[in-house]
Amino acid sequence: MTKTKTKVHIIALLCTVIFTVLAVWLLGKLLQPKYMSGVLEGAMTAEYYNETSPHDVIFIGDCEVYENFSPVTMWEEYGVTSYIRGSAQQLIWQSYYLLEEAFDRDSPKVVVYNVQAMKYSEPQSEAYNRMSLDGMPLSAHKLAAIRASATEEEALISYFIPLLRYHDRWSELSSEDLRYMFRRDPVTVSGYLMRSDIKPMSKLPSPPVLDDYAIGDTCWEYLDRLRLLCEENGARLLLIKSPSQWPYWYEEWDRQISGYAEKYGLDYINMLPLTEEIGIDWSRDTYDAGLHLNVYGAEKLGLWFGELLTEEYGVPDRRNDTEIAAVWAEKSEAYHALYDAQQAELKEYGYLKSWTLGEEK
Amino acid sequence: MLFTSYGFIAFLIVLFALYYLIPRRFQWLLLLIADALFYYCAGWQGLVFMAATVTVAWASTNLMSSSLAKQKSFLSSPPGKELSREERKAVKKQGEKYRKRIFILALVLDLGILAALKYTNFVIHNVNSLFGANIAGVDWLLPLGISFYTFQTVSYIIDVYWEKTEAEKNILRVALFTSFFPLLIQGPISRFGDLSRTLFAEHEPDFKQISFGLQRIIWGYFKKLVIADRLLAAVTTLCGDPTLYTGAYVFFGAMFYAAELYADFTGGIDITIGIAQVLGIRVQENFIRPFFSRNIAEYWRRWHISMGTWFKDYIFYPLSVAPWLLKLSKAARKKISDSFGRKLSVYVSTIITWFLTGLWHGAAWNFVVWGLLNAVFILAAEEFKPLSHRFRTKHERLVSSFGYRVFETLRTFLLVSSFRILDCYRDVAVSFKAFFSVFTDFNWGSAFGDLLNIGLSAGDYIIAGIGVVMMFTVSCIQEKHGEVRELIWQKKLLPYVLFTLLVLAVLVFGAYGVGYDSAQFIYNQF
Repeated sequence: MTKTKTKVHIIALLCTVIFTVLAVWLLGKLLQPKYMSGVLEGAMTAEYYNETSPHDVIFIGDCEVYENFSPVTMWEEYGVTSYIRGSAQQLIWQSYYLLEEAFDRDSPKVVVYNVQAMKYSEPQSEAYNRMSLDGMPLSAHKLAAIRASATEEEALISYFIPLLRYHDRWSELSSEDLRYMFRRDPVTVSGYLMRSDIKPMSKLPSPPVLDDYAIGDTCWEYLDRLRLLCEENGARLLLIKSPSQWPYWYEEWDRQISGYAEKYGLDYINMLPLTEEIGIDWSRDTYDAGLHLNVYGAEKLGLWFGELLTEEYGVPDRRNDTEIAAVWAEKSEAYHALYDAQQAELKEYGYLKSWTLGEEK
Repeated sequence: MLFTSYGFIAFLIVLFALYYLIPRRFQWLLLLIADALFYYCAGWQGLVFMAATVTVAWASTNLMSSSLAKQKSFLSSPPGKELSREERKAVKKQGEKYRKRIFILALVLDLGILAALKYTNFVIHNVNSLFGANIAGVDWLLPLGISFYTFQTVSYIIDVYWEKTEAEKNILRVALFTSFFPLLIQGPISRFGDLSRTLFAEHEPDFKQISFGLQRIIWGYFKKLVIADRLLAAVTTLCGDPTLYTGAYVFFGAMFYAAELYADFTGGIDITIGIAQVLGIRVQENFIRPFFSRNIAEYWRRWHISMGTWFKDYIFYPLSVAPWLLKLSKAARKKISDSFGRKLSVYVSTIITWFLTGLWHGAAWNFVVWGLLNAVFILAAEEFKPLSHRFRTKHERLVSSFGYRVFETLRTFLLVSSFRILDCYRDVAVSFKAFFSVFTDFNWGSAFGDLLNIGLSAGDYIIAGIGVVMMFTVSCIQEKHGEVRELIWQKKLLPYVLFTLLVLAVLVFGAYGVGYDSAQFIYNQF
């Protein structure tokens, strides 16, 4: 080859590499699920990074936190600044790494961990892993979370090159994928995923008998790490079992968690026997027959828990801090607008069209 | 480590970089280390069997070679007086006898490992069926690519015995020849004389060759991931329930399988040859557009060429001149007829060769029957040759027309696709039943209606269809103009544009990752 030809080839090769990398990135952006309608849970993790003011309370856990507690109610009534770092079926090691990452940005006084996920001591589902972890920016925390969570079918590299995971979505692309290629609308308010529809609780099925009620070693290991992480960062760890009636919370699990809390001097609040005290009305305060609370239940729980946080845990009232108050004023506004929007949809369609996959039969 | 795994891609990138960064004289050693690593990933136990095969090949070829050298030197300058003709003959005979013993021992050992590991359960199963015995099957490891590397090593031993190749003194080089990782999965079954010319040589980076190699690799991935693995779902569905999917479904299944197998096997070979090309190593072609063949004999000269020539060179030819067969042939000429006697050795050699070819593909009767069917049709074609010749002479215009060529090509394609039904169902009775149902169950309407319910969506059909059209177009260009990459290389930027588009097509439309049961290469299982 002549010198000029070689030059042309080298330039063409460089352009090829640059173009390919760019195309892979753009295609990844296009094909990645946006979670802007239907299943919203996948968009929740990433929303935390848009937060502009600090939080005194951070909730970590699964749907039993992000559906059941209303941070806006806690703010409006008690001036408590809180954020829920929760996602669907968020496993304890994911909660741990999300909290570890949160401590890089926040200095919470109280960390509230919902223990429902302690029943899972092994990675469960690739889809849920993705919803919990895809939203995390690249960091050592994310890498560790992926390593701890990945099921056998998952490849580490596909978390960093999303096209490798979502390439087969070419056949289901919609206008939403183009619209949200580079931006997302918020789906939560301070991590709370609102549902304002109602589906009363009816008779719950009998709890299945398990072969083994012992909580797995991995869960204990991460609970230890969680406890130490909070200690190191000067935060008080509060273990809770939120008042969701199903999946069943066994006595045996409860005893083990109580024992752990007692051993390490932690508080553990099982809210299941406290629903009356909290004021939850299962014929009105749940949107899926007792699995999760709707906004009415979440507000009641927020009221009750806000009082507890301020009175028992000394969480300060920040309503006089103008900067924080301004941020929370926006959150309150978004929260109430969201409620109004849901009410409008309920009126129009009889169900929440934009917040669900369709009308429940 | 599957060719389609991320680990393998990373392995290749590191290997390619190191290969051209280290001093050239160490390149072949790096390849040997890479082979060991690649093979180790498939299980360390496999390394033990491979080491045994290598040791046998190295020791036997060197013993034969040194015996021959000694014999030659003795005969050229014998100590003391000049040898008589008889004495020279005796020395030669003694040497030949010694070498033959080593040769047979080496074959028994190398082929014995293959036979024991691959065929023990087949033998047990048949003994149990025939004699009502209840011998338990064995759960022995089947090392990765054992059929391929054993045949490659055996060809080396035979070539040294036949004095066609010099014995390699360095055992590590024999090990590299046996274990060269791109060839382990599905060949081509290479000959020492061909491969060693470039395998052990020092290679400077050659921009054009590396580009060509990378283009071939990505084209291989396109065929494997976009076409073969996409069609896999339909083939699995259709072959999975032979009682439900009969008639037209069997026809569709055979067509899908033909496309899947071709894309899978040639895709794998493209990856193999591409990798070798990036490393500066020349590996022989294994396919020359087989679906353009106009008869079955031609098909087998174009499909899996290295396997065909292996069986031809090491089984068919030696068999057809074997003293026992020549004797039998002679007897048949006397006792039956002259023409039958003359054909007998070819017939017997063909049938045995195809029986073994079938058995090589798998330890099951479906493969054996598949092999024998090929033999029967090849021999039948041979028998009908005079008739065919007469027809061709009489209808010269028709025979040379495009339409007739298409007819012959389609006929051959349908024939080999029919044979492959045995491969789809892996059961002789079920396969024949399925095949005949095509002519008895006229359920074309429901089969067409069900095309979207057999594991493929409309999008899948479009993607696979475009892929097949691309494969066909490339084959047509190759058939008419030769090497496509050479043609593209003349256009300044076209190779880069096409390469980028292919990479993106593989990444987006490839059937890989979560939700896809990433299939091994089909020939990896043989």
